[in-house]
Amino acid sequence: MAFDEYQKRDFKQVGTRVRRPDGVDKVTGRAMYGADATAPGMLVGRILRSPHAHARIKSIDTSAAEALKGVKAVLTGADLPVQDEDFIRDVQDNCMARNKALYDGHAVAAVAAVDAATARAALKLIKVDYEVLPHVTDVDVAIKPGAAVVQDGRTLENVPAGMSENLTSHCEFGHGDPEAGFARADKIIARSFRTAATHQGYIEPHAALANVTSDGKAELWCCTQGQFYVRTLCAAIMGMEASQLRVTASEIGGGFGGKTTVFIEPVALALSRKAGRPVKIVMTRDEVFRATGPTVHTSMDIRIGMTKDGKITAAEAHLRYSGGAFPCGTVDMGAQAAFAAYDLEHVRTYGWNVLTNRPKEAAYRAPGAPQAIYAVESVVDELCQHFGLDPIEVRLKNAAKKGTKSSYGPTFPDIGLVAILEAAKAHPHYSAPLAPGQGRGISCGFWFNFGGNSCVSMNINTDGTVGVTEGNPDIGGSRASISLMAAEELGIDYDRVRTIVADTSSLGYNDVTDGSRVTFAVGLATIKAARDAIRVMRGRAAKIWGIEEEAVDWKDGAAIPAGPNAGKFPPMTLAEIAAVSFETGGPIAGHHEVNVDGAGVSFGVHIVDVEVDKETGATKVLRYTVFQDAGKAVHPSYVEGQMQGGAVQGIGWALNEEYIYGADGRLQNPGFLDYRVPVASDLPMIDTVILEIPNPGHPYGVRGVGETGIVPPLAAISNAVSRSAGIRLSELPMSPPRVLRALGG
Amino acid sequence: MMRYLAASSAREAAEALAAEGGVTRVLAGGTDVLVQLKAGLVEPALVVDIKKIPGIADITPEAGGFRIGAAVPNAVLGEHAGVVALWPGVVEGANLIGSTQVQGRCTMIGNLCNASPAGDAVPGLVAANAVVRIEGPSGTRDCPVAEIPAGPGKTTLKKGEVITSVFVPARPKGASDAYLRFIPRTEMDIAVASAAVSLELNADGTVEAARVVLGAVAPTVVIAEEAGKVLVGSRLDDATLAKMAAACEAVCNPIDDKRGTVAFRTKTAGTLAKRAAVIAYSRAGGSK
Repeated sequence: MAFDEYQKRDFKQVGTRVRRPDGVDKVTGRAMYGADATAPGMLVGRILRSPHAHARIKSIDTSAAEALKGVKAVLTGADLPVQDEDFIRDVQDNCMARNKALYDGHAVAAVAAVDAATARAALKLIKVDYEVLPHVTDVDVAIKPGAAVVQDGRTLENVPAGMSENLTSHCEFGHGDPEAGFARADKIIARSFRTAATHQGYIEPHAALANVTSDGKAELWCCTQGQFYVRTLCAAIMGMEASQLRVTASEIGGGFGGKTTVFIEPVALALSRKAGRPVKIVMTRDEVFRATGPTVHTSMDIRIGMTKDGKITAAEAHLRYSGGAFPCGTVDMGAQAAFAAYDLEHVRTYGWNVLTNRPKEAAYRAPGAPQAIYAVESVVDELCQHFGLDPIEVRLKNAAKKGTKSSYGPTFPDIGLVAILEAAKAHPHYSAPLAPGQGRGISCGFWFNFGGNSCVSMNINTDGTVGVTEGNPDIGGSRASISLMAAEELGIDYDRVRTIVADTSSLGYNDVTDGSRVTFAVGLATIKAARDAIRVMRGRAAKIWGIEEEAVDWKDGAAIPAGPNAGKFPPMTLAEIAAVSFETGGPIAGHHEVNVDGAGVSFGVHIVDVEVDKETGATKVLRYTVFQDAGKAVHPSYVEGQMQGGAVQGIGWALNEEYIYGADGRLQNPGFLDYRVPVASDLPMIDTVILEIPNPGHPYGVRGVGETGIVPPLAAISNAVSRSAGIRLSELPMSPPRVLRALGG
Repeated sequence: MMRYLAASSAREAAEALAAEGGVTRVLAGGTDVLVQLKAGLVEPALVVDIKKIPGIADITPEAGGFRIGAAVPNAVLGEHAGVVALWPGVVEGANLIGSTQVQGRCTMIGNLCNASPAGDAVPGLVAANAVVRIEGPSGTRDCPVAEIPAGPGKTTLKKGEVITSVFVPARPKGASDAYLRFIPRTEMDIAVASAAVSLELNADGTVEAARVVLGAVAPTVVIAEEAGKVLVGSRLDDATLAKMAAACEAVCNPIDDKRGTVAFRTKTAGTLAKRAAVIAYSRAGGSK
């Protein structure tokens, strides 16, 4: 795709705060979420989970459960096919263990029964003979030679021999000669950091209803960020053809990346096939925490050199990420993102993936970036403190800009970082006085953003309304944004457009709702589909007027003659063309299918004021402002919501959220009481400033906005704590006991 | 199969509980019992609902104090001007439990009988020298709240005994109380450490009597006797408060767990006692 897509224009609809299309259903309780699906004769599916962090499954005796009245099917890993390909095998083994239980909560068997009480009773009758194995749940322990090995034979060739087998892959990015750069520094600071695993914390637990019929066809209704990818994974696990499995996505009660894969969906399908009846599985919150994907936990070493006037001379990062019991590539993204905000001559990052006996990591909002950037931005801030330099000035002095060769390779096109830093510097928040004991911190953040496969159909109805069919679950306002872009391009009112999310049999493949891709990529496909529909409508008008199609233009929602030579005809509106479409060639529709490139990267800067209670170690967030480049904010309220939501999740990560494992390898806090996401009263209003530096790769200049917002809070708060309490913490979360201990209490 | 009985009298409740051979649960607000049932932590044979017993949801003036029924929801307690004026610390502890929705159901006696060392209603009641009334197989008896908790999840109540009310006594002029807890959030959480302080002041503003009670720092609520004595005769000067905090720390016997470390709980209990004492002192009309 051409990279010069963007054309400046005066927007009529895009950029307005129109009513959201899903609001009424959601506030009245009518929206259909995953657990709301139902089918005649439906059974209740439940899953038996390992109480051990690491155990060989010697045998599973399901006979008593099968004999229980009301039990219609019992499933174990032995019922699923042996997969040759590593990736699919990992997904399948995570859904249902084969041979070994790899973490506390790992599924080992499942039942389908006539009701929940029978299903629960049946689980108790399944006898699993475990041989408990030594376990390891900490990344720093797992990398030691001699540590318990989670899975053997998974190490890639780029890992040197002699290291722990838990180290499965290595990556390296950067350019220049860091040692030469460090030699020119007036001060080098090297620090080590650790961050806890955090969960996406979506309110809606995973839910799936599967119906496999005796002729081999199947229906699956589930709560997911990507029904097409669910189909791909489930078809592979079930040995089905894609055409025979139709997946319909429900409304979604949050995902943040955590619903980009499958956990219970293949189990529901396999149970349904075995039982010959529909089976619904709904996870409990306990199951969500123990057996779905939190993000990685990490251990990192950062080294940065700076001259006394604030120029970074060299930077280096060693990252060790663990995404649980299966290999994952999240550390690669961390190693690429770590120094993205800086224009560096000498930079190198090294990443290692490490296996531990924890649940398989799933994506979480800018996966891999918040951790690495937290560590980098903490050291940059400490250098600013050391030299007495203003932290925004230092970042401006070193900021990546158009033409910068990024630390991960590509040369940046137009990016908004300098504009964002200037906006933050000029904002009243940055110069507002602080009371004694309060501290202010800032941090930059970055995310790549994705594009990907997108397919949109647009139907021009005979009453002049428009239906847009797209294939991505609406997780952050995409239906409103897509309708706005369709309305803008067609030149009609937003209220005349309705966008729906189609099932897998109704549309071509769409990539998962992830990577902040939907408003950008599906939006692009929508605009192109509208142009396709306009082309058809121009043709119809040409036919009616008896002139050439090329002699018809489209303006303000109507066909018009292209110039005086085309003839004198009054404008013919979309509604007028649609009304007579049956007489001019039949229904009118537009389509566009594309694998979108050109997702513009997104930067953000956060400013936060905090006050640490030095007697208890509690950190109160007093004021918070988010600055972020949206390219073009299609629906500003949703953009602000994304910026605020990212900040809030980051605040939780910085202060309280963590997966806590006991010495027995079991998760200690699988619930919202002891896994502490912030509550409303913990937070000030999160103020937002949207900047619009157009993305050259999108017709309207749109950039993804969903993920960058979670990146800066970790370091911004740590930097603010440092300036409030005079202590520099290097481990997240900065929970009150940890802060009080650092204060010497 | 679980059976449910809505008792129409305390006697009926006590007899049913005494006669049941299996696991029993008493249901008032249900904010702990229903959660335990849903989580599968308990599968009782008999649940006895006491909410329908006449008078059990009433707050009645008695001997200058108040008798508070075992089924009085904490939200109702929080709107009772008389109790709030006499024992503000007792009420603020009760009102910290759960969410607004939970407040509409949960009760102080439920919190006491759930026997969590972190129960927010308990330290204030103990500091107030509150007394519960118990209906049991051998009749009715009264017992100080302080003697009910026996350890995490355990009470001293005997089989068949059910608490029907709690009595908070009269106070002299120049007396008040306060309760503070530490949680990592600002609400919807469980105390990592807590402190209730009840003070009576002399006419000259010095402390005449003090009771300091700590929560979540031992298997049961802890009466910090020495900490109370330290305050007597003072106007809560900084040196006295520091001494009192040290006395609090000395009686802490907490656990290390996901919610807090031994060191954190111990230090924070002393800090909270200092802060609660200052609030109680100010409420009692004292000025430093």
